Amino acid sequence: MSNPDPISVFRTEAAELLEQIESGLLDLTRSLDDRDQIDAVFRGLHTLKGSGAMFGFEALAAFTHHCETAFDRVRKGDVPATHELVSAVLSAQDHMRALLETPNGDHDAMSASLLDNLHRAVNGAGSPALTANPAATAAPMAETAGGLREWRIRFSLPLNAMANGTNPLGLLDEMRDLGECKIVADTAGVPDLAALEPRDIHLAWDVSLKTEKPRSDIEDVFIFVMDEMELDITEIAAERPAALAAPAAAMPKAVVVSEREAPAVQAANDSKQAKSAENVRVPAERLDEMMDRVGELVIAQSRLTQLAGAAADLGLRSVSEEIERLSGELRDTMMVLRMMPVASLFSRFRRLVHDLSRETGKEIELITEGESTEVDKTVIDRLADPLVHLVRNSIDHGLEKPDERIAAGKDPKGKVVLSAHQTGGEVIITIKDDGRGINRDRVRAKAESSGLIQPGQALSDPELLQLIFQPGFSTAQAVTNLSGRGVGMDVVKKTVETLRGAIDIVSKPGNGSEVSLRIPLTLAIIDGLLVRVGGGCYVIPLSAVEECLELSLEDDLRSRGRSFISLRDSLVPFLRLRELFRTGTQPDQHQKVVVISTGSERVGLVVDQIIGDHQTVIKSMSKLHHDVATFSGATILGDGSVALILDVTHLVAAGQHQEAQMRAAG
Amino acid sequence: MSEAARKLDYGTIWGDEEDLSVLTFNLNGETFAIEAIVVQEILDLLPETHVPGSKPFVSSVINFRGKVIPLADIRLAFGMDATETTIDSRIIVIELDLDDEPTLVGIRTDKVNEVTTLAKVASEPPPSVGMRWRADYINCLVKRGGEFIIVPNLHAIFSSRKERSGNTSAPN
Repeated sequence: MSNPDPISVFRTEAAELLEQIESGLLDLTRSLDDRDQIDAVFRGLHTLKGSGAMFGFEALAAFTHHCETAFDRVRKGDVPATHELVSAVLSAQDHMRALLETPNGDHDAMSASLLDNLHRAVNGAGSPALTANPAATAAPMAETAGGLREWRIRFSLPLNAMANGTNPLGLLDEMRDLGECKIVADTAGVPDLAALEPRDIHLAWDVSLKTEKPRSDIEDVFIFVMDEMELDITEIAAERPAALAAPAAAMPKAVVVSEREAPAVQAANDSKQAKSAENVRVPAERLDEMMDRVGELVIAQSRLTQLAGAAADLGLRSVSEEIERLSGELRDTMMVLRMMPVASLFSRFRRLVHDLSRETGKEIELITEGESTEVDKTVIDRLADPLVHLVRNSIDHGLEKPDERIAAGKDPKGKVVLSAHQTGGEVIITIKDDGRGINRDRVRAKAESSGLIQPGQALSDPELLQLIFQPGFSTAQAVTNLSGRGVGMDVVKKTVETLRGAIDIVSKPGNGSEVSLRIPLTLAIIDGLLVRVGGGCYVIPLSAVEECLELSLEDDLRSRGRSFISLRDSLVPFLRLRELFRTGTQPDQHQKVVVISTGSERVGLVVDQIIGDHQTVIKSMSKLHHDVATFSGATILGDGSVALILDVTHLVAAGQHQEAQMRAAG
Repeated sequence: MSEAARKLDYGTIWGDEEDLSVLTFNLNGETFAIEAIVVQEILDLLPETHVPGSKPFVSSVINFRGKVIPLADIRLAFGMDATETTIDSRIIVIELDLDDEPTLVGIRTDKVNEVTTLAKVASEPPPSVGMRWRADYINCLVKRGGEFIIVPNLHAIFSSRKERSGNTSAPN
């Protein structure tokens, strides 16, 4: 268990690499001559190829090799980076994912067609052949290129190089590719057989190479091992051919190049190492387990506090207070462990928008804000699909074609803003576009024709907009590839509700729409209002509570016939939890009403007593209680007893049902 | 459950073993036994939280080491009356596979006796007539001394409760 399967580790790493490559490529679409990004993409591809081959993903390695070659040429300035090339590599990169997942599948045809694309993208861009390195290219390193020159290269690798996955034969082969090569191995460092550790590498090599490539090409051969190895590259044709030991001063120009390159590689390696030191992969279930333990600790600690409070022992009390502080801190730290920045969620939309932009012919700019906002990992995982639906809807239904936008006096480039920010215990994720907005008349017509509302039924604007979340609702007149099947929005709503969140929607005709998802920060803890009904304690999620008020005797008596109170001129139906739960107890003298809401719908809950604010860990109910819809979960109180958490959506629905019955009764 | 299925179930609990290690306990004067291997823990009575709207058979939940688990009263499955709790009353926590998901369930008992071994030769499948209880809720009866020990079929009890939730509220 502590030794994870190397293949699965490789898959995870490769997935990360592919993500890096993708984000690099997408950055490139914005500024095509960004050398850092070109290098980053090249390095990613190169690593992927290398480790792919190492772990037996031959097809992946072979395929990646072609993309790497293409980018290598871009990097060297042989061909310019073009949008066609980036797109070709982007789609090739999807194929790499497939190769990664099903290495034995039949991918040949796909590979061939993608490579064909790639080839066209590279060669169509105007630079015909590898060897004709033109002076026209902007890369400064090309300056040193010229006729055939002879180089002398001495290098030795660190002892553990092979253990780290470096294959010296590969390096030699790469040098052979550069030109005519004479390679001599220096065996002076090899110890006696008795002392020889077969995994260590004791050889050094002396290579004389005739090539017309510049010095930087030779250095590139060693790009991934340069930091640890010893490497001397000398031009034999230079003035001081004997100066093997101090070659650098001989060629000022080349030195400039090498100094530029080396620190860059160094920096990349450094940041890579720093990253691996910062992050530890932990299976989510271990975190959950730990969360449970911390929950138990908090409960045990509160029992201790009660005991210590009752005892007169000062020493015990001070220890108990210290433990209280420590366990509180431990709980807070634990909560943060599961949090992840939403950046990981937003980053995948850059690709989606890029693709959609090409498919629809609309120019789209994606702006993301508040990417560092942190949310529980489960929330992030579950929000991915709903957000895809929303972004697709914005682009497909919301944004107009460039000519329509110009006609409407807008920037031809449509804007989609994805933003996240935190308020209190909630994270608000907003998808905003500056398109045409939601067409109310079409929504109404559609709702009427599909029988969701009565013709001519009076609806407030928010109510009308909420209709788009009804199952099967879609106003797209033609089903497009993107959206319009009417399965998206109700899924979005359901997912958000299972996350105990809510959706708000605002739309101005002609000015675009804004959909906001309000999601609790974490699924694991809840801020609740603890109330007593009869002899039992219950928790109402605080996010749903609007206000608390006393149930006046008048209202109580009058409501035998009609169960509602008037709250600032609007009728709020209420449920008597005592009756709903059949506690069989007498009501308290001063009953309270807790008004809860989901969006625009409100319901009052009559309780016996409001105990107070309560923050706690949520426990799910077992399967044996899944038929009880009134409760969404349970929580453990300070004294170790269990309190049930009310399912607000269910209660509001029950209240609305009651209201409807009242209306029907007249 | 059909006769054949019951026989099959009877076979699975014993398997090829001649002996079965069980925990015995009392309910309304009858002795029951459950496989020792599924028992997690024996608890003193804990504060219970009633779940309004649930089936009487699993009408409350308890806090078992920071987990909220249902507390079942299998007396109600056998149509027995609920008895007063005594100083001997205990809760046995067992782990069951419900829909392939390990689930912890507490079972209320009047008294927990001992861990003992039952011999297969002394056991017999529940008779199809002459019993007050639903035959499919019983795995087998084992003769010991002058009495019978009832080995309940926990899977049948807990899963059928799920399917037939409509008609289970009758015995109360």
